[in-house]
Amino acid sequence: MNVLRQRRGRVAAVLAVVAATALGLSACGSNSSGSTGSSSKQLNLVGFSVIKSAYDELGTSFAKTPAGKGVTFKSSIGASGAQSRAVIAGQKADIVALSLSPDVTAIADAGKIDPSWDSGPTKGIISDTVVAIAVRKGNPKGIKGWADLIKPGIGIVSPDPGTSGSAKWNLMAAYSQALGPNKDEAAAKTYLGSFIKNVVSWNESGRTATDAFVKGTGDVLISYEVEAIAARAAGVELDYIVPDSTFLIENPATVTKTAPPVASEFLKYVASADGQKILAGKGFRPIDPSVTATEVPGANDPANPFPKVTNLTTVADLGGWSVVNDSLFDKEKGLVAQLRK
Amino acid sequence: MTETLVKAPEAAESPNVPRAVKRRRRGSPVVRWTLRIIAVGYVLGLVALPVVTVTQRTFGNGLQAVLDSLQNPDLISAAKLGLFVAVTSVVINTVFGVGIAVLLVRYRFPGRRLLNAVIDLPVSISPIVVGVALILVYGQNGWFGGWLESNGIQIIFATPAIVMATVIVALPLVVREVIPTLEEAGTEQDQAAQSLGANSVQRFFRITLPTIKWALAYGVVLSLARSLGEFGAVRVVSGSVPGVSQTPTLFVNDQYQEFGPVAEQSAFTAAFALMLIAVLFIVVIALLRPKEKTQ
Amino acid sequence: MSSTQAPQTGTGGAAVPAPPRRRPRSVASGRLTPTSGLGLGVGVLWLSLIVLLPITAIVVTSFQNGPSSFWDSVSDAEALATLRLTVGAALLVTLLNAILGTLIAWVLVRDQFPGKRIIEVIIDIPFALPTIVAGLVLISLYGPQSPFGIDLVGTRKGVFLALLFVTLPFVVRSVQPVLIDMDRDVEEAAASLGAGGFTTFRRIILPTIAPAILAGAALSFARALGEFGSVILISANLIGKTEVSSAYMLKLIESDDTVGAAGVATLLLVVAIVILVLLDSLQRVAARRD
Repeated sequence: MNVLRQRRGRVAAVLAVVAATALGLSACGSNSSGSTGSSSKQLNLVGFSVIKSAYDELGTSFAKTPAGKGVTFKSSIGASGAQSRAVIAGQKADIVALSLSPDVTAIADAGKIDPSWDSGPTKGIISDTVVAIAVRKGNPKGIKGWADLIKPGIGIVSPDPGTSGSAKWNLMAAYSQALGPNKDEAAAKTYLGSFIKNVVSWNESGRTATDAFVKGTGDVLISYEVEAIAARAAGVELDYIVPDSTFLIENPATVTKTAPPVASEFLKYVASADGQKILAGKGFRPIDPSVTATEVPGANDPANPFPKVTNLTTVADLGGWSVVNDSLFDKEKGLVAQLRK
Repeated sequence: MTETLVKAPEAAESPNVPRAVKRRRRGSPVVRWTLRIIAVGYVLGLVALPVVTVTQRTFGNGLQAVLDSLQNPDLISAAKLGLFVAVTSVVINTVFGVGIAVLLVRYRFPGRRLLNAVIDLPVSISPIVVGVALILVYGQNGWFGGWLESNGIQIIFATPAIVMATVIVALPLVVREVIPTLEEAGTEQDQAAQSLGANSVQRFFRITLPTIKWALAYGVVLSLARSLGEFGAVRVVSGSVPGVSQTPTLFVNDQYQEFGPVAEQSAFTAAFALMLIAVLFIVVIALLRPKEKTQ
Repeated sequence: MSSTQAPQTGTGGAAVPAPPRRRPRSVASGRLTPTSGLGLGVGVLWLSLIVLLPITAIVVTSFQNGPSSFWDSVSDAEALATLRLTVGAALLVTLLNAILGTLIAWVLVRDQFPGKRIIEVIIDIPFALPTIVAGLVLISLYGPQSPFGIDLVGTRKGVFLALLFVTLPFVVRSVQPVLIDMDRDVEEAAASLGAGGFTTFRRIILPTIAPAILAGAALSFARALGEFGSVILISANLIGKTEVSSAYMLKLIESDDTVGAAGVATLLLVVAIVILVLLDSLQRVAARRD
């Protein structure tokens, strides 16, 4: 009996030591895999909320190419702004694929990405889409365009610009289409105010906004065209409209400073015709004009999935990101913040 | 009637069976039935009904769909992470919990009441606040952020933060279970051993620990259930990377927000599995209870 | 706050109670020895790192830019809306639990019927379930694909139901042991003197279980105030309508508004402490009457 008691005492003592160092061990454990960088065969992808299915397929196809043999991906998917801050705060990343360039630039400013990431011919942009309006199947409220959205009683579902990239594109689209040919800022401000008043649900990311809409909130969802297509391809019952005037969404992607060389190979693949074909099949508008999409499940017309937009505004038309970020999205003085008061 | 007035004091300790038999039913049947229906109806309607519904929803596509979704490699990784985090945090909370319980019960020192109150604090805080608090201290811009980063230690968005968050939310459970038993047991045995020359370490392992054995087991199981089920605090501090920092609860949340029937089935399967484990814990806890009395 | 305690789960079939916790025997006689002193030091360091420091960080950060930073974050219209909803719902739920929880505990202790053991297990489910699983459980019954056609997504009723669900066990499990341990003689005496059931309940039983009801109510309130996982799905997070404070804080911390999140968190802490201290003093008053 004495022997047993002694053993139990020793066991308890060992347990105490284990407990006290358990935290330290796990800290070191996660640290060691971080400081030495991920293995050459595993890439850490940090992406914005709607790209999971597209990049899953890109990853699988890339692994079939000679450059990508044996490469696997670990992806973290979430709201673009939140993801940007997460990478800055230490979230492991080799490839960063976010919704808008400022979210990537912020990471570059924090020293984790080469500041010349967007100096190439494509300015670091890897995929395009446009802002679309999604409605319930059959369009029961008869939404035809932006003007219908500010009618009383229409509930708009959008993400929140504090966390989401999609939100910023949405708000820029709503604002810019009201500028009209005369660049009437007063009219745009009025429209944006009415638009914001009709927002019933500000969500964390583009995906959670879609989710809220699909599960019954609101009457319309403002989102990426690719998101509406992807939802329909997955069997979700909704319809979408690409308005005559809308905004061009340009998504950047780049590698971090600590990424292995194969990460750059992956991005080259995504930018190539093969990669762009896959993206097109998922509902993105290819950045390479020579790539045509012939069959896009989920699109309004799968054979002609990307109708030309009559008035397509880009961020450059509004003066570039630094102007827009200040005038529209500044947390205190920005137009959106003021209109939300 | 007189026999109930002149009972032996011990009868108060073992309440139910003999006295219920002796006592005649008082109170009108109407009152009794009304109360019974309200109580049972409320419990069944509030809890049992949704539980049955979610079971239906999980198996709505057949057993094979459920079994298939159980093979999801992300779910398996999440289960492993969840188990690691739960066990680690339970071990930590048990070691410190027992120590602190002994200190609180057996010793007098300044700040004893404050210590007591601090232990109860995690129960009163929202799990989101727990996560926010961790970020404010151990995050990159937090109080220790600079020091942690210069030493290459990653806490937030990595496993240590998940473990810490889980430790905090389950903190009081072991302590609160052990303290009453320690108080009940008193110090006679301990003092006797001390007078016989045993030092405090020996007294702890040979007398204190056996005394609290079952209360401790009960507290450990409660902690395990709580640790496995934590969501809010982990949601704040983890990046939820599938296969790396995604716990089972985060898996349920992430899958529920994906499109398509496969993801929905995964979400419900994982949720159902967690629910089954929770019920298992309840049963284990119920079985552990009577053992206390045989001490 | 030292009198609130972790609720006991599942007493299963043979209702063997937890030992009564109202008046602990004072065995704290020892002065600190070197060993225990060291243990205390380690324990205090541990609690500081894991509880005290983070809580302090919350309060300090909320005043980072002076009192105005705290004031701005809690007087924000959206913050106020969430606080009104969260505190209001928590109070309402706690009130309901105090009544129904006592009723259920009464039935469980004083009544016998087949299937009582199953009810005991069911009552513990909300406490043992992970909150997000509770959320899914609730939305399967009260969401768009409900078999009964009820859709409470995005409604305050839905939020209220979710909170009722997760706080069910607290008052029940707090009152139950006290009822079990109650000395029935006084009741018998009252009955033999002609007191009706309700009078007996009001004059004899209620004062005895009042401290336990209050303890359970405190736990229920604290839980409802901070609840996140079970509410987030059914609430749909509609600003000004169903957004609860925990979801709001999450949004703030993800938007990198640490001061804002800390401000709301501090306010919630204050509310929790105020209510808990109130309930604690009520409990002491009630216990003294015993």
